[in-house]
Amino acid sequence: MTYALQFQDLTLGYDRYPAVYRLRGEIAEGSLTAIVGPNGAGKSTMLKGVIGTLRPLEGRIAFGGIARSEIAYLPQQSDVDRSFPITVADLVGMGLWREIGGFAGLRAVHRTRVAEAIAAVGLEGFERRPIGSLSGGQIQRALFARLLLQDARLVLLDEPFTAVDARTMADLIGVVRHWHGEGRTVLAVLHDFDTVRAHFPRTLMLARELVAHGPTTQVLTDANQFRARQMCEACAGPPHTCGRSAA
Amino acid sequence: MWEALVEPFADFGFMRRALVGCLAISLGATPVGVFLMLRRMSLTGDAMAHAILPGAAVGYLIAGLSLGAMTIGGLIAGMAVALLAGFVTRVTALREDASLAAFYLISLASGVLIVSTRGSNVDLMHVLFGTVLALDNAALILLGAIASLSLFTLAVLFRPLVLESADPQFLRSVSGLSAMAHLTLLILVVLNLVGGFQALGTLMAVGIMILPAAAARFWTVSIGALIAVATAIAMLSSVSGLLLSYHFSLPSGPAIILVAGLAYTLSLIVGPVSGLAARALWDRVPVPLPERGGSLGSRE
Repeated sequence: MTYALQFQDLTLGYDRYPAVYRLRGEIAEGSLTAIVGPNGAGKSTMLKGVIGTLRPLEGRIAFGGIARSEIAYLPQQSDVDRSFPITVADLVGMGLWREIGGFAGLRAVHRTRVAEAIAAVGLEGFERRPIGSLSGGQIQRALFARLLLQDARLVLLDEPFTAVDARTMADLIGVVRHWHGEGRTVLAVLHDFDTVRAHFPRTLMLARELVAHGPTTQVLTDANQFRARQMCEACAGPPHTCGRSAA
Repeated sequence: MWEALVEPFADFGFMRRALVGCLAISLGATPVGVFLMLRRMSLTGDAMAHAILPGAAVGYLIAGLSLGAMTIGGLIAGMAVALLAGFVTRVTALREDASLAAFYLISLASGVLIVSTRGSNVDLMHVLFGTVLALDNAALILLGAIASLSLFTLAVLFRPLVLESADPQFLRSVSGLSAMAHLTLLILVVLNLVGGFQALGTLMAVGIMILPAAAARFWTVSIGALIAVATAIAMLSSVSGLLLSYHFSLPSGPAIILVAGLAYTLSLIVGPVSGLAARALWDRVPVPLPERGGSLGSRE
């Protein structure tokens, strides 16, 4: 199986302080992988490295035939300015950026696709609503609709189900599973192990360094969780200051 | 009534020139102000207005009331502050508001120092408050050119600017236009302020940029309509301010900006979009039923 991503001794960090240290491994193309780990484990940092907003301090990420333009990313805390005067259709339509660019007009076929994406996440009838009138769950649905339009081969989701109700979460998990069915590669940072066990075949456990990576049942063990907690707690500073070598 | 409204412009060339100049500023600067307001950068306009002062002052001292010298000086000073602030923000931990404040304060102090040590208070008044009733052909051509360039640039960069304003993280993830859109907006701010200070002065030019935009926010919620309403308010303020200035012998720059300020105050009170009266009225009206059933249709 070809890989979508290959981490080659990847070290990522802020101001020279590593947040992810010497990560190695591959994410298979078409896989549905949960990224888990304690707070401060470097999960979001890893996604920022993949999307390219954070440059590696050391090592590199190899993309197995996936261009940067084929990656879609939903950050943990979306930067969307909810007071900005645009409608749900405008927000979702931004997902067509790679297709129409910054300057071309929106044709009838594009408008139809925007409407279909909005309907697919259960927001039909909300097209003309200003985004400021939406609840947190509804905004998350709209952002998923935008991801749908991005038509990306690699989808990165950073805690996508935080602060949404059970129904919204079920609907959005349906969208994620649909992407997996279409052969897209999905990486999602998650905290709820029940959700991971139920819907994500593969898991990568991170505690600033790699703890385990493989089938979810083999990764989400008590021993690995204990080890991850220990690694994060024992290593509040940079890993090389913690008196132990990298894994 | 006709005499009071039309005759000043029909009878006097300087009034017609002032009108054309102010309408050009309204067309060019106000849409830029709408984007500044939507990006919560309204005070950036004020900072940039101060930042261009030393350049304009140096130009004024070197060549007198020379359009070219003051424009070039203002442009150099404004662009230097915009670029330096952007550079410091990107390479250090200082946020843009702090770096911009630092550079504009240095710039403002330099400007005041230059004018007060080398010129007179009259010189300073020229630079600070403009000379809208003394616009010559070259000034009008400059104002028209800046307005045209602004509108053209905004039309071309409309989508990147909207995206950079509404969701900059997303724009950075799909395109490399983020920094360019931000810098272009700052350049447009500097250009319009440099154009505007010929007529209204460095400190008043920012008023025609921001006040109509802030007023329009109380009347409409779509970007296109915001730009249209803000431009209309700016144009009406220009005409009304010039007439008030003519009939009551008031300085024209402050008169125009005060009319725009009046429009803002009225909009704040009676504007249908979250104006004070509208808010008071809503408190008395029962909340309407959701548009559709189920938890999804109502606000969670």
